[in-house]
Amino acid sequence: MKSSSSEAVMPSSLSSRASASSADCSRQVAQTAHKPRRNDMAWKWLFRAGVSILVLWVLVPIALLMLNSVSTPEQITGWPKTLTPALSFETLDFFWHYQGVISALGNSLLAAAFTMVIAIVLGAPAGYALARFVFPGMNAYRMIIILSRAFPMPLLALPLAVIFIQVGIDDSILGLAMVHATLALPFAVLITSSLFMGIPVELEEAAWLMGCNRWQAFRRVVLPLAAPGITASAVFAFVISWNEVFASAILTVENRTLTAFLVQSLSESPAEIKYAGGLILVVPALLFLFAIRKYLFSMWGISNR
Amino acid sequence: MKHDRWLPYYLIAPSLLFMGAFFLYPFIQIFAEAFTSSDGDVGLANFTRIYQDFNFWPSLKNTLLLTGVVVPVQLVLAIGMALMVTKMNKGRDSILYIWTIPLGISDLAAGIIWLAILEQFGFLNSFLSAVSVIDAPASWLNYQNAFALFLAVVVAEIWRGTAIVLVILVSGMGLIPKEYDEAGQVFGASYWQRLWKITLPMLRPSIQSALILRTLLALEVFAVVMMLGGSDMPVLMSETFDWQFLYQQTGAAAAYAVLIMLISVVITGCYIKFLNVPKEAR
Repeated sequence: MKSSSSEAVMPSSLSSRASASSADCSRQVAQTAHKPRRNDMAWKWLFRAGVSILVLWVLVPIALLMLNSVSTPEQITGWPKTLTPALSFETLDFFWHYQGVISALGNSLLAAAFTMVIAIVLGAPAGYALARFVFPGMNAYRMIIILSRAFPMPLLALPLAVIFIQVGIDDSILGLAMVHATLALPFAVLITSSLFMGIPVELEEAAWLMGCNRWQAFRRVVLPLAAPGITASAVFAFVISWNEVFASAILTVENRTLTAFLVQSLSESPAEIKYAGGLILVVPALLFLFAIRKYLFSMWGISNR
Repeated sequence: MKHDRWLPYYLIAPSLLFMGAFFLYPFIQIFAEAFTSSDGDVGLANFTRIYQDFNFWPSLKNTLLLTGVVVPVQLVLAIGMALMVTKMNKGRDSILYIWTIPLGISDLAAGIIWLAILEQFGFLNSFLSAVSVIDAPASWLNYQNAFALFLAVVVAEIWRGTAIVLVILVSGMGLIPKEYDEAGQVFGASYWQRLWKITLPMLRPSIQSALILRTLLALEVFAVVMMLGGSDMPVLMSETFDWQFLYQQTGAAAAYAVLIMLISVVITGCYIKFLNVPKEAR
């Protein structure tokens, strides 16, 4: 596990290896199969077509949503639809001024920020413990973390709704963030532990020899190296909270998040609200994903073992 | 160092306490609630209640059918995409980024996106009319067109959920030592032989975790269905939501929750048993 993790943390080794093996592979196919060149060309074009279709399959629906959000309400409900929108900001403008949208947006951001902080502050130390120590109960702890993913966690919002009323944090963003953090925490633990495993323990030991204590060595040597990866897992926690619908809708009534707002006002809100809301949900997700793209694969590679 | 013996426990304690409070406790609580009727009797009253509801069988059927259709398609599609990725040289990173975009998109947003395409005055109908397949806008997303509605949810789910399988498989492929594949080449195995005998078996741990995660998410399908079908296509999660939110019957909602958890655990158990990964191979 340890030997493979250090490789997987570096995406560059991953990609170079993949490209090397693909070069080997195509050469081998050409040698062993003795296929005529024309066949190779056909495969090449088929491959390109497949990749292009799958790229369009992902992008076109998002583009169409964007198209809708810059169309006028008449165009959105009009028939037949054109691919040339009015490029008006009427829909988005209407969305901004729609009752409750701004506060819902604020609540979503706040809940996601809380989630991010809770997940990392609690998860990163545990990740470090799993990466650096061997201690009795370690496997049991790992088991609990991994098992927690085998349950549909948003459902836990049901009993928590009752408990939150008793404690007096019902319909609060902090209460919701705690449920979201329960979703995000297992990922934070597993991801950070794989990050810390990728940082050689020798670096820390060198710092101890230089007179640092454990905490100083961690802060001065490990933390700077792990910071980008920790940020990436924090962003991932943010996305989990930002996107969560079920628990948000159950736990918030007055202080709705954007997703809860959109689900609960589904029937009464006009179509353009949905499309503008969809756009507001999608755009940050795109940016977040772009920010963590370097870590995405190393994060998942280990966190699922 | 004496200090070090307790350090790992201090480090895991906060997360353990948190998970205890927000995972273990509500978990027990939900079972307690499900087996307690509104007048305090312990028993199966809540389960009988949801069982007798006319939406019970349709929601169970829809959820299982959806999972059964969506998950295998996603697995095959993602394996294909992951294999394509390993053959790419330039542009690999951009294509991977694009293919993983749906990972960041919530089921609610995905539902809205596909609503824009599939609704009565949406892009699909406009396209079909432009190429003269239909004359008037057809309504796909209602109970009269149950099959089309089901298909719409399937398409939206495949669009949204394949990315996570892809990410798990691509990172899993990165962990396979390439010596195995090279050995296969030396012995003259064809591409397909190497795929079946080397790559896919080596990928089994990743396939297993991708299947588990994706199946759980498919059983939890909620917002996509709410957006596209509303109450025309009941699923387990939307029934849970309705019992809790519309009918204010916490016990019945808890019974649904327990049912979803049981199905999740049974299916996860099956994956672990039938896709058993030997300990050394992890």
